[in-house]
Amino acid sequence: MTSTYMTSMQRVLTSLGQKEPDRVPLFLLLSLHGARELGMSIKEYFSKAENVVEGQMRLLTKYRHDCIYAFFYAPIEVEAWGGEIIFHENGPPNSGRPFIHSFNDIETLMPPHISRSDCLAEVLKAITLLKEKVGDDVPIIGVTMSPFSLPVMQMGFDKYFELMHDQKILFDHLMSINEDFCAAWANAQLEAGATAICYFDPVSSTTIIPRQMYLETGFKIAKRTLARIKGPAATHMASGRCLPIIDDLAQTGTVIVGVSVLEDLAELKTACKGKLTILGNLNGIAMRRWTAADAEAAVKDAILKAGASGGFILSDNHGEIPWQVPDHVLTAISDAVHKWGTYPLSWIKEHG
Amino acid sequence: MDDNSQKGFGKTQSKTNIPAKVHQFEQALLSLDRLAAERVLIDLSDSSVTPSQYVEQIIVPALDHIGSGWEQGEIALSQVYISGRICEELLGKILPSGRQSLQPHPKMAIAVLQDHHQLGKRIVHSVLRASGFELIDYGAGITVNELVDRIKRDEVQVLLISVLMLSSALLVEDVRLQLDRADLDTTIIIGGAPFRFDENLGQEVGAHHTCLNATEGVELVTRLAGIEK
Ligand code: B12
Repeated sequence: MTSTYMTSMQRVLTSLGQKEPDRVPLFLLLSLHGARELGMSIKEYFSKAENVVEGQMRLLTKYRHDCIYAFFYAPIEVEAWGGEIIFHENGPPNSGRPFIHSFNDIETLMPPHISRSDCLAEVLKAITLLKEKVGDDVPIIGVTMSPFSLPVMQMGFDKYFELMHDQKILFDHLMSINEDFCAAWANAQLEAGATAICYFDPVSSTTIIPRQMYLETGFKIAKRTLARIKGPAATHMASGRCLPIIDDLAQTGTVIVGVSVLEDLAELKTACKGKLTILGNLNGIAMRRWTAADAEAAVKDAILKAGASGGFILSDNHGEIPWQVPDHVLTAISDAVHKWGTYPLSWIKEHG
Repeated sequence: MDDNSQKGFGKTQSKTNIPAKVHQFEQALLSLDRLAAERVLIDLSDSSVTPSQYVEQIIVPALDHIGSGWEQGEIALSQVYISGRICEELLGKILPSGRQSLQPHPKMAIAVLQDHHQLGKRIVHSVLRASGFELIDYGAGITVNELVDRIKRDEVQVLLISVLMLSSALLVEDVRLQLDRADLDTTIIIGGAPFRFDENLGQEVGAHHTCLNATEGVELVTRLAGIEK
């Protein structure tokens, strides 16, 4: 395999085609760090598309990685439904009090119009401006919560479990509303210039529900929803486990799966081979106190386990690197990928 | 445990196949069948089993098994959550006097520190209550200062903290500092997703104990209370 230089887009597409590009693609899924780059509070940073554009562009240059991450924060979707958002100084915004107060509220629930939502409009504007800047050289990753995972923020986890188990009709109704919203939101991002959509679906992970339940719920929902999304999708488990459902995930129409550090990457690679590209699985929580040597060891280990023959994009295991992770660690990760991720991975043979 | 109940249970044990009852009870919980679970306990009540024996011999082993099943990816978190709730309800419903007759234990409280994600706390709270422990619930979103004030006021000896966000996990350090400064030797037990990803985090923030799941929480509290299994 050749080592000729590729653009980030070529690198990623080659890996998705289960072939070896010039080097292992690196997605540093940074959202909050953009605020730090601009010396702004997290709240101010996300209030304007232009800030996010500037932040993402600076991070792209600084860390020489392979994507633009158009993710603001997960609860932006409930903000669009009128839900409350709680901002923090040193962490991601969280959803506040759920806006579905009782099961009956579901009967009359109406999804928001994407075009009439101010907060979603900022995301779309950011994607449009970013696309003008990077064109087809760097993939822009849009984000949506899955219809099946969104209710945790819409109604609270405990109530959602009760809905899932005791209120089949209302559960189906909520899913159908959320599927409409999810597909419309994803397609709006693709139209604005996103290359692919990261479909966050951790409630489907075996950390939360067993496979049998997944097959009856999250699986069918993903199959229906991804079919309506007019672009490639990456299903992310947000560091939840997924090894027992890899074959099922492959049937939902997704092309990438975001995997957890709690599962063995080599086993995941074997399970995904030829079917899915792996995105993962550096431990974002532990990362905050890594030394350069720790970062290098973690990167090497991941490449050793999953790098061969493509089908692998190195990233953190959650889909967002915590605010507390210092810049020097991110630099060390990037340096290590540039050092050890160049194909062919001849050093792996020496490893035995 | 008083002598009579010991004898009563001994008598029951000879007639009742406890492991089979635990299995039956667990199956009822996993199917989220409140009535079936209740029936298992009602059947046992005919054989003069005391409340603490229900808890120790049936409820705790069943919840423990369910908790380990979650750890192994065989059981849904929803089942863990709802099972805990059912057991808690059953204890209150068919054994109204149950609580008083359980073992004494240190004064305990549970809180979600500067975080609004309540599920972890709800699970731990239910499972502990269903296992016969009483604890004060400080709810969610409590700040470090509020928490420390309440611990002082309520003279809490064992404090359980649950968080989901890393930024909240790091605040446990401030709780520990303030408690130390006030010369309080409250034992801090923490849990929640960030601690599952970084085994050193608990120690870093000064917690006395870190638990990976609710079952570990029950085991630890049982040990701290000096209750023999
Ligand atoms: C499902 C999930 C989601 C879902 C639902 C989240 C929710 N609850 O609201 C969705 C997709 C909405 C989501 C969104 C986000 N998520 Co999320 N998500 C997860 C995931 C996969 C599971 C979380 C969960 O709720 N589990 C259920 C609870 C009950 O589990 P638990 O806390 O582990 O509790 C168990 C044990 O730990 C223990 N326990 C808990 N507390 C205590 C206390 C004591 C005393 C004891 C004894 C035991 C104990 O008992 C419980 C049961 O046994 C985790 C990763 C993971 N693998 O766990 C990330 C995770 C929680 N998410 C995370 C983040 C950051 C987010 C977002 C902020 C991202 C963003 N920038 O927008 C949003 C915010 C959501 C919001 N509500 O505002 C991070 C948090 C850590 C951090 N980096 O700061 C995690 C840990 C991922 C990671 N590896 O970094 N997420």
